[in-house]
Amino acid sequence: MKAVCWMGTHKMSVENVPDPKILNPRDAIVRITSTCICGSDLHLYNGFIPTMEQGDIMGHEFMGEVVEVGGSVNKEKLKVGDRVVVPFTIACGNCFFCERQLWSSCENSNPNYWIAEKMMGYSPSGLFGYTHMLGGYAGGQAQFARVPFADVGPLKLPDGIPDDKVVFLSDIFPTGYFGAVNCDIQPGDTVAIWGCGPVGQFAIRSAFMLGAERVIAIDRFDYRLKMARDGGAETINYEEVDDVVETLKEMTANIGPDSCMDAVGMEAHDHSLMFAVDRAKQALKMETDRPTVLRQCIQACRKGGTVSVPGVYSGFADTIPMGAFMNKGLSMKTGQTHMMRFMQPLLERIEKGEIDPSFVISHRVPIDAAPDMYKIFRDKQDHCTKVVLDPWATAAAAD
Amino acid sequence: MNEKPHNNYNPKTGASRSRARQVVPIIAGAAISAFGLSRKSKSGLALAAAGGALAYMGARNQGERELVAHGSVLLNSSPMKAYLLYRNFEDLPIFMRHLETVTKLSDKRYRWIALGPLGTEIRWDSEIIDEREGEFISWRTLPNSDFSAEGSVQFKEAPGNRGTILTSIFHYDIPAGRLGASLLKLLGKNASFKMQQDLRRFKALVETGEIPTTEGQSHGPRSAVTAALRLANPDEPIKRGARMSEVFNAKRRTA
Repeated sequence: MKAVCWMGTHKMSVENVPDPKILNPRDAIVRITSTCICGSDLHLYNGFIPTMEQGDIMGHEFMGEVVEVGGSVNKEKLKVGDRVVVPFTIACGNCFFCERQLWSSCENSNPNYWIAEKMMGYSPSGLFGYTHMLGGYAGGQAQFARVPFADVGPLKLPDGIPDDKVVFLSDIFPTGYFGAVNCDIQPGDTVAIWGCGPVGQFAIRSAFMLGAERVIAIDRFDYRLKMARDGGAETINYEEVDDVVETLKEMTANIGPDSCMDAVGMEAHDHSLMFAVDRAKQALKMETDRPTVLRQCIQACRKGGTVSVPGVYSGFADTIPMGAFMNKGLSMKTGQTHMMRFMQPLLERIEKGEIDPSFVISHRVPIDAAPDMYKIFRDKQDHCTKVVLDPWATAAAAD
Repeated sequence: MNEKPHNNYNPKTGASRSRARQVVPIIAGAAISAFGLSRKSKSGLALAAAGGALAYMGARNQGERELVAHGSVLLNSSPMKAYLLYRNFEDLPIFMRHLETVTKLSDKRYRWIALGPLGTEIRWDSEIIDEREGEFISWRTLPNSDFSAEGSVQFKEAPGNRGTILTSIFHYDIPAGRLGASLLKLLGKNASFKMQQDLRRFKALVETGEIPTTEGQSHGPRSAVTAALRLANPDEPIKRGARMSEVFNAKRRTA
């Protein structure tokens, strides 16, 4: 089958690899109909997260049809022929954490948990198409994928609803929604959201669904800010203002936003001196993450407010304003998304027509174009917001 | 087995003797080396080399030594269910990856074969010296074994309906010579780490009915370095018949 493989930093390549096989009794094989490139894939593309290996199959946002199930898969929950969307986190459904709905903390899905334990104390769940520290599972930017614990994660979809509307239930819609849930939104609240990429866009719309009065979105690309305004947000282009924190203060009667969300993560940009310092440290491997946005979230948040971090961090970040965090009595909520909590309720919202997630799609291309699209997405060329890959279309047919 | 937990947690008791036997020559060797190098002469260089050799011997002391391995996991199951699964010793190789076979000799006696580096067989017979269903198992090796060891595994109900806390502690007396060296390699630099990995696999098996794996999944072309590292995975001892073909194929691809 065709698969997008990580061959080194800035090196993606579509390779012909063996079709996946059932390896464990609760596995299923899914024939993929739609798959996407995620912003968090760019951290791997840019080589910022350790424990990738040449030849790893990328991708954690995919959906398709079940073509094979292992002997122990609960047939009432999943059978051959089911159309499913697959969450990016892998969860067993049986451990302490899964029983408490903390699905992305599953104890039994990461065979390389011990690598993550060395860095983080304890390991999160396994993920598709990510680093070996997080399981090293072959991903879904391919024609087929092996899905472990297949009777827990995949969500069955009704016929008739197009892929474009439901494929983002695999990650970015629930992730944006979880970011908004973590904001602990109360009536009248103002939520500031850094990053108007796909997760930020879903976070904006989710914040309104959860009752936010105002959402202020921050980015530097006009086309993304426009999309944010289309979703009802007020916007700040941080390259046009002197100081984002001051601007937010002015916009909120000197109180500050009730919650601040970092939907950017470890590769943030701004125009401060600290940004240059962080970038240099990252290049010298003295720091894995650039916490530019996290610092601003902590500074900007109103006293007693909540900082929500759906943006991906991988290791260590310096100069976190702990004084502000402590003295202002802030709370921080983070985590890989507990996918299975949100997929079914969000599918219902899509079915009721409350939201059509396909608005974020900017590019639909055959899988062969994936290596080029990584670059275009990274450089935000061609108004790129979200790339959906068709694993079966040939390059010629799309021209 | 019903004693109160120690307030001061120190699982390493018993490991100090072997530690001294390693650490003293390393420090002494390093000091001699440093002194030798500071002389900047031929005899100084020789002295430095001798110091290096001493430190090296210290680093891989081959004398008999004690080793303690301990581990603990929370199992989402009843103590009895966990006990019964564990007590079925003949199935332990499913999650104790270094074990080749376990054979029942009698209800209390079992024969164990493990594979060390390059397929060296390490054999021992064990006997259960005490056990209580659903609570604990204590065992020790019998005199005809390649090494002597004793251990216990405890199954205790966790508070708040959280399942079972399994605690395991093994003491090994590692013999001198090649066999001891094989055993040491098998147990790894950190025997507790290996035990904890075994216990995590047991946990997955108890809770989910399978052990998570990516072994055998599809991937694109690996580099020779990656392929070699995969074979040397500390979690997966190289067994007899391990396929070296992956390394050679990768080398061919990168050539």
